[in-house]
Amino acid sequence: MLRLALRMLLRDWRAGELRVLALGLVLAVGGVASVAFFADRVRQALTREAHQVLGADILMTADHAWAPEFRDEVARRGLSRAESMNFVSMARAGNETLLAAVKAVSPGYPLRGRLRIAPGLNAPDAETDAVPPRGTVWLDERMMAALKVRQGDAIEVGRARLLVAAVLTLEPDRGVSFMNFAPRLMMRLDDLPATGLVQPGSRINYQMLAAGERERIRQFEQWARARLSRGERIDGLENARPEVRAGLDRAQSFLGLTAMLAVVLSAVAIALGTRRYTQRHLDGYAVMRCMGASQSQLFALFAWEFLLLALAASLMGCALGFVVQTLVAWWLAALIPGALPPPGLSPVLQGAATGLVLLLGFALPPLLQLKDVPALRVIRRDVGPPRQGALAVYIVGLAAVFGLLLWQAGELRLASYVFGGFAAAFGFFAAIAYGALGLIGRFGRTGSVSWRYGLANLLRRPRANAVQIVAIAVGLTAILPDAPDRFLVNIQPEQRQPLAEFLERNGVKRLQTFPMVRARLVAINGKPVGAEDYSEERAKRQIEREFNVTYLRALPPENKVTEGAWFGPEDLEHGAVSVEHWIAERFGIRRGDALEFLSAGRSFSAPVTSVRKLDWDSMRPNFFFITTPALLEGFPVSYVASFHAPAGDALLTLRLSQAFPNLTVIDVSIILRQVQFVMDQLIGAVQLVFLFALGAGVLVLYAALLATQDERTHEAAVMRALGASRAQVLAAQRAEFAVLGAIAGLLGSLGATAIGWTLATRVFQLDFIWNGWIWLAGPALGLTCIVLNVWAGARAALSRPPMAALREGA
Amino acid sequence: MPGEAVAVVGASGSGKSTLLGLLAGLDTPSSGSVQLDGADLYGLDEDGRAALRARLLGFVFQSFQLLPALNALENVMLPLELAGEADATDRAAKMLARVGLAERLRHYPKTLSGGEQQRVALARAFVTQPKLLLADEPTGNLDAATGAGVIELMFEMNAEARTTLVLVTHDEAIAGRCRRRIRLVAGRIDGEG
Repeated sequence: MLRLALRMLLRDWRAGELRVLALGLVLAVGGVASVAFFADRVRQALTREAHQVLGADILMTADHAWAPEFRDEVARRGLSRAESMNFVSMARAGNETLLAAVKAVSPGYPLRGRLRIAPGLNAPDAETDAVPPRGTVWLDERMMAALKVRQGDAIEVGRARLLVAAVLTLEPDRGVSFMNFAPRLMMRLDDLPATGLVQPGSRINYQMLAAGERERIRQFEQWARARLSRGERIDGLENARPEVRAGLDRAQSFLGLTAMLAVVLSAVAIALGTRRYTQRHLDGYAVMRCMGASQSQLFALFAWEFLLLALAASLMGCALGFVVQTLVAWWLAALIPGALPPPGLSPVLQGAATGLVLLLGFALPPLLQLKDVPALRVIRRDVGPPRQGALAVYIVGLAAVFGLLLWQAGELRLASYVFGGFAAAFGFFAAIAYGALGLIGRFGRTGSVSWRYGLANLLRRPRANAVQIVAIAVGLTAILPDAPDRFLVNIQPEQRQPLAEFLERNGVKRLQTFPMVRARLVAINGKPVGAEDYSEERAKRQIEREFNVTYLRALPPENKVTEGAWFGPEDLEHGAVSVEHWIAERFGIRRGDALEFLSAGRSFSAPVTSVRKLDWDSMRPNFFFITTPALLEGFPVSYVASFHAPAGDALLTLRLSQAFPNLTVIDVSIILRQVQFVMDQLIGAVQLVFLFALGAGVLVLYAALLATQDERTHEAAVMRALGASRAQVLAAQRAEFAVLGAIAGLLGSLGATAIGWTLATRVFQLDFIWNGWIWLAGPALGLTCIVLNVWAGARAALSRPPMAALREGA
Repeated sequence: MPGEAVAVVGASGSGKSTLLGLLAGLDTPSSGSVQLDGADLYGLDEDGRAALRARLLGFVFQSFQLLPALNALENVMLPLELAGEADATDRAAKMLARVGLAERLRHYPKTLSGGEQQRVALARAFVTQPKLLLADEPTGNLDAATGAGVIELMFEMNAEARTTLVLVTHDEAIAGRCRRRIRLVAGRIDGEG
């Protein structure tokens, strides 16, 4: 049976019966596999990236020196180690003094990633393996500019005098935290005692970095976590750099969903291809039944044939996917530092599974219909396969597609959105297509015979037409929020006005300021709370520190009240507080609880009237506690502001610190640039994967055309028999296809925009950017594809003598 | 009687094809039974009837019913392959040579003329050495001269293989070549001889 099936497969293949089907499978599998291969490699690279972000595989931070047992354990487990001490101190050069974020490091720092230094401001920088030599410091650009020093100048740090050796241009592990508010001064750990800055009670942040083989690191992390005491914490790879990770996750989702677009379109092609296959094999099937083949025998034969096909096509698809991902990786190699690790084997399985699921979902139902073909068909042409509702037949297929989507998206909500989107698009397009064709039918009945005949044809086959072209023009809209990238802290009330004016003069538009009062949470419902009331490490830390509390009348953007209601007039009068969701959970705060805060020796209290959820990715100042304005009147307030710096003004930050020396400027544009960079890379990759979707879209068109090809050939023969010239027949087909292509293309544009909008705003929560070109590109592409199809298909229809076609159709 | 040729004649809609379908076990009778080589055809289930067809029956159809994806040789091999027989290629090639198509083994149906296609169909019908050949208007889609050639060939092969032939036709001349003729009118036998 298997051998016969293989022989049948080869015969059908040779006769060109399986091309659409096989191509559909290859494209679907290729799309999925290329993404899977690439995602696999990127995921591995990401992990590596995360190491750089930490500067190590594990970063241990404490507010006191680490006990020797940790140091010993790192050595005992054969891991490499580096250490640093971080604190804020004044640095002086001549008359200039500045608060510097000092980082004293041991040789070997960082264990992952590299520092970059330059000999002077604006000089080209280069990677270095070293740390500052003894007796020297490296300063970042802001610090060099503010202290007005150059390479070779001396500065004073505490009691020590150190020489400026280089400009520090990049620290891979520099994240957003308190320490970074001030400019960086990097020195050698050995030089620290000479400064006399380390005294009992100094606020110093002790970091120990460890790196090594993955499994050992994992075990060490486990060991160390079990021994953490107060004020100590460990950052592993999973919790590093959430904002970069979020960006990458989104881009990867996009990549996967683009592949799904190819899969969905391929599914349509496969369904059309199988339908044509079964229709063309109805007679053969009946003949074989006459020859005495049993139903189960024939079903097994076809099932094996298709299974073999799926296997072959899946292998082809995987190979194609591998080639494409190699291209993607090669193309991105210049952008990704270091080589991408080689992909694993799991993408092959993923690809093959996709092929199999598609085949089972979309090819099996029509094949099962074959089973019901009565053998009597050989002598009585009017006996066909029993008709079932198309929907019933494809329920399995739809379920299969949903399953694949779910698998790819990894979460129900996203999968549902995409599936619903596809389903809605199909329904909507069908409606529009019918409507448009109806209108054309009503108003387009003038013009030449060919034109009228072409249009009439169109009306007879509205179903096969426009819907499938959704994808041709699904343009991916590059999307990134125009997020604020500068934060200003410590703005004094009287500085607000001059600052706003200063920024406006410098082209800053969307300045957002929030008042900020620093306060400790001291009691909940009258019961005093402290570190001892909480077991969680972060909760202990937070409860002992001051929170930044703001007061506002209106709910800030990207905040969502999940419980209770935002401040009403009564709340504004009597005072109320709104709590962030996670904090509420961490400290066991519920709506209705009375909170008491202490700020600068005075206390205030208010009931919790709402709980909010925040978007922590939003890059806007976020607050755990928001109170009504009246409640905080008279408390010492400073302001925090955020804005998006105008592109191309690199010195704005510097001018700002000169004009307002007391302000702390936090520049997150570097991080945003990194996010953007990664996004750009991956969006480029998405476009490559999108080629699969495009290919599948064209294939659907081809399959749709092929589905009506036999009929078309017969019609052409009838027309010619009735005396139509070749030119007239061609003109009729051209008219039909031109209208078809234009409508389909327009719908494709519409669909692309809709999908882009849905994904961007609903799923990825990004600003949607309207894409004008898509409305031209869609119809243009639709027309091009169809013209190509016509060129291939219509000519074939005309190349045969009318008699042959007529006889065959009899 | 083995080797006998029977013609079933009648006007369009007289029930010829229905009768043929019943004889082959392709249709289900509302009443009555069909005995085929000693077996009660409708006492068997569909797969049982298929097995019986595989063993006993050959078919020739008005519209040839060659599989378009298979070339001439493969079309003739198919029934042997389905039965799992080993020397399918040789036997099929020999049978095609017998019908005068030794030079056209690799041709696809659509590149063969109507007469050639029907000769491939004859080769396919006889290759399994059936006891009973059912022919449904075998010349219905052919012009007179070609049709005569095909009929000639069919009777020759029938005589060689001593196959029983049931031939449905509305062509009196062809029917005249059969020993028995059954005339159907509105689904009933109207005369025999």
